[in-house]
Amino acid sequence: MGSAAPNAEVAQPKRYETSRANWDEIAESKPFKDLMATKKIFIVPAFVFFVVYYFALPVLVGYAPQFMSTKVLGQLNLAYLFALSQFFMAWIIAGLYVRAAGNFDRLANDILQKAEKSEGGK
Amino acid sequence: MNVSLAMFLGFIAVTLGITYWASKRSAGANAYFAAGRQIKGWQNGIAVAGDYMSAASFLGIAGIIAFQGYDGFLFSVGWLVAYLTVLLVIAEPLRNAGKYTMADVLAYRLKPRPVRAMASLSTVTVSTFYMIAQMVGAGALVKLLLGGKITYNQAVISVGILMIVYVVFGGMLATTWVQITKAILLMAGTILLSILVMAHFHFSFGEFFGAVGHVTYHDAKGQEVVKDFLQPGLRYKPPYGPLDLISLGLALIFGTAGLPHILVRFYTVPDAKTARHSVVWAMVLIGSFYIMTTFLGFGAATVIGPDFIKTHGGTNMSAPLLAQALAGNIFFAFISAIAFATILAVVAELTISATTSFSHDLWTNVIHNGVERKAGEEVLVARISAFVVGAVAIAIAIVLGPTANVAFLVALAFAVAASANLPVIVLSIFWRRFNTAGAVSGLAVGLLASIGLILVSPSLMAIDPPTVTGAARHLIQAKAWFPLENPGILSIPAGFLGAIIGTLLSREPASQDKFNELLVRSNTGLGAERASSH
Repeated sequence: MGSAAPNAEVAQPKRYETSRANWDEIAESKPFKDLMATKKIFIVPAFVFFVVYYFALPVLVGYAPQFMSTKVLGQLNLAYLFALSQFFMAWIIAGLYVRAAGNFDRLANDILQKAEKSEGGK
Repeated sequence: MNVSLAMFLGFIAVTLGITYWASKRSAGANAYFAAGRQIKGWQNGIAVAGDYMSAASFLGIAGIIAFQGYDGFLFSVGWLVAYLTVLLVIAEPLRNAGKYTMADVLAYRLKPRPVRAMASLSTVTVSTFYMIAQMVGAGALVKLLLGGKITYNQAVISVGILMIVYVVFGGMLATTWVQITKAILLMAGTILLSILVMAHFHFSFGEFFGAVGHVTYHDAKGQEVVKDFLQPGLRYKPPYGPLDLISLGLALIFGTAGLPHILVRFYTVPDAKTARHSVVWAMVLIGSFYIMTTFLGFGAATVIGPDFIKTHGGTNMSAPLLAQALAGNIFFAFISAIAFATILAVVAELTISATTSFSHDLWTNVIHNGVERKAGEEVLVARISAFVVGAVAIAIAIVLGPTANVAFLVALAFAVAASANLPVIVLSIFWRRFNTAGAVSGLAVGLLASIGLILVSPSLMAIDPPTVTGAARHLIQAKAWFPLENPGILSIPAGFLGAIIGTLLSREPASQDKFNELLVRSNTGLGAERASSH
């Protein structure tokens, strides 16, 4: 450790700070409200869906083991196939989220640039 | 020389090389605690996956499936789906608003000292429980794998010393690359083993699952039984089994997003977008890995059988024994070395998350009011506390001994993370009214409820027959007061309630005033910590 490396601690750019009034203004602004609404439209249903889909597994397996033991594909029963489907469910939701998040980034970027510019102008 | 030993030493040599390389790049707090925030998305994704695929998953899950079939596979499912909570709710706000620890986000609008003190207590508790479980596992494993050439105590001490070296000299950068190395090895080993299992069944899924449908073994009474291992209910039996399963699910789904050693990983990347991509990378790897536990676990059940495993080292040896049966001693040594690498890497990660919280939250922010009195003090304190954490973990693992029943410690870590950490992180990001009293009481209630319920659960309370002796005996010889092994179903609501009631009982206008600031910062990344430039 001892010797300081050349690319060690570079002074951090000073963190963005502004007055409370400005934070409130950004939070109340239309672009920010749009960003939050866009996020909510995707995240809330996605979250509710995956929680319901996931907990259906322990509930069904725990309380209807006979039904879940029904063989549907050779030896494979409902229980195993439903468990396996959870992996694909998780991957699909993650993929959809990344796509939707491209939108969030765009909206957030507009807010960022405006905020940083107005700070620079002061 | 023993092949296993040679492979262990090979891995140790590589990781020490990484540590030496990283030590030259770990000056300064950002570099030491967050690897300069320069880790790439895919690299961090592999490291997150590596953190998560601990010995408990690799050895434990293969063992549970080999003995209890389908019910074991349910762990695999929960471990992946849990990452959706991390992805959708936690990773990006945390990266945007925090610096090194989860407490950074809490301290934003709440009174920093009480909140950091409690958050640090909960972080250190979770990490220590998790670590002790890994250390005891490591000791027992190394002893078994090296066929008595090394004692349990020697194994524990060497794991402890190595982890101290990684963390003290290499910081987060070394820990990250040790984790990446191990994750790649683990994936390679798992893929190879899965292919070998399928080759054993002539690459016919019909033949493989046919065998899984008829696993023959001797039950506890010595009777020969034939069971369909794809059928649920071999582990979670009525009356409480189904509830325990749901409770486990809750702890996994909400606990993963509160595990400090996972959360610190998101500070090592340049921004929230990269944090998001690293979660997706991690999900691809973790999902593929856990799907392959089908081959590892069911493979062990069918190719070698529970009876053989029981007499050759027990549940946790299922995967290495399967490797030996399919491809001989060299492959056995390779899989064993991977298991050892897994433990080392995870233990190092746990150490760095505990020491970061200790030095950044407790030392700098609570004891010294947020002022680093001398440049480099925070890193120095972290290095010293890594020694202390390491020494304490070694001591506890040695006192507990190799036969201690430690599986519940991992369950406990998840329960505390889900019941104490997650409620306060979520509420501080999403609830304007939330305040300091709420955070402190939420953390305290969640922590106490999960520890309390585990203390009176069947993991620690049971009446053993006199034949069970020593450390394997349950701590409290009485009927368990709480019937479930996983406290989540009660302790998670308790944590949320504690946080909500604490909030409603007090007023803190300052916290509400700063809500908009946190809301904007966490959602846009305005003013987020940046990567150190070259």
